[in-house]
Amino acid sequence: MTDTLPPIATRRRFLIGAAGFAGGIALVTMLPAGRAAATPASMQAAIVSVTGNATVNQGRIKIDLPPLVENGNAVPLGLSVESPMTDADHVKAIHVFTEKNPQPNVVSFQLGPRAGTANISTRMRLADTQLVVVVAEMSDGTFWRDEIEVVVTMAACLEES
Amino acid sequence: MAARALINVPPKAKRGEVIGIRSLISHEMETGFRPNATGQLIPRNIIKEFVCTYNGVEVFRAEFFPAMSANPFVSFTTVATESGTITMTWAGDNGFHATESVAITVE
Repeated sequence: MTDTLPPIATRRRFLIGAAGFAGGIALVTMLPAGRAAATPASMQAAIVSVTGNATVNQGRIKIDLPPLVENGNAVPLGLSVESPMTDADHVKAIHVFTEKNPQPNVVSFQLGPRAGTANISTRMRLADTQLVVVVAEMSDGTFWRDEIEVVVTMAACLEES
Repeated sequence: MAARALINVPPKAKRGEVIGIRSLISHEMETGFRPNATGQLIPRNIIKEFVCTYNGVEVFRAEFFPAMSANPFVSFTTVATESGTITMTWAGDNGFHATESVAITVE
């Protein structure tokens, strides 16, 4: 502080600074119990951990998810991937990611020619209105993705259910 | 830990036919992200792995994360290759393990 400032201003500044500092501490200590840790960036990182440096093509996947979800605790999710499912050409894995759930991963399926078709349905949790991304890995090493935007009115993961 | 598991497989199928399989198991799938009444996080308790084998050969596998709903439900398909047993196993936190088998006749 400089000598030219009146004492009152210094004290006010000190108080504002102290309050900000205390607020910062409170925020940091609250964070572990706070909301949704996944971000679009961490989702992208999770996708890259599956695809590596391969280019990811758009298409071949059909996602069946209601566009408007009332209760995020159990959202029916249907997935199908276009593939002949033969020994030479089949879907190896299907991964589901979210943008704003506490973690980006939802579920990873591993299948092969013995599956006959790549049609899977399950139920997932959605913590917020967000983007759901599905990535399919084929036996020829190519990756395909599709995404769907879902609006959630009551979130999962945090409330008592 | 006893868990109720339901699996649904057609009892009979033609050889080469694609059959639908549905599985449901009772499990709370506690995410590990929810605070309890005193503000402490409830420890994670989920099923992490689901495997389906057909006469001992793995035909389908899934890795679950906390974003799977409570009482995980999965439906998928497999090719009816031969008569025998279809077995599903679930494994997870706190030593959770469950197995369910069903017989199938292929003509």
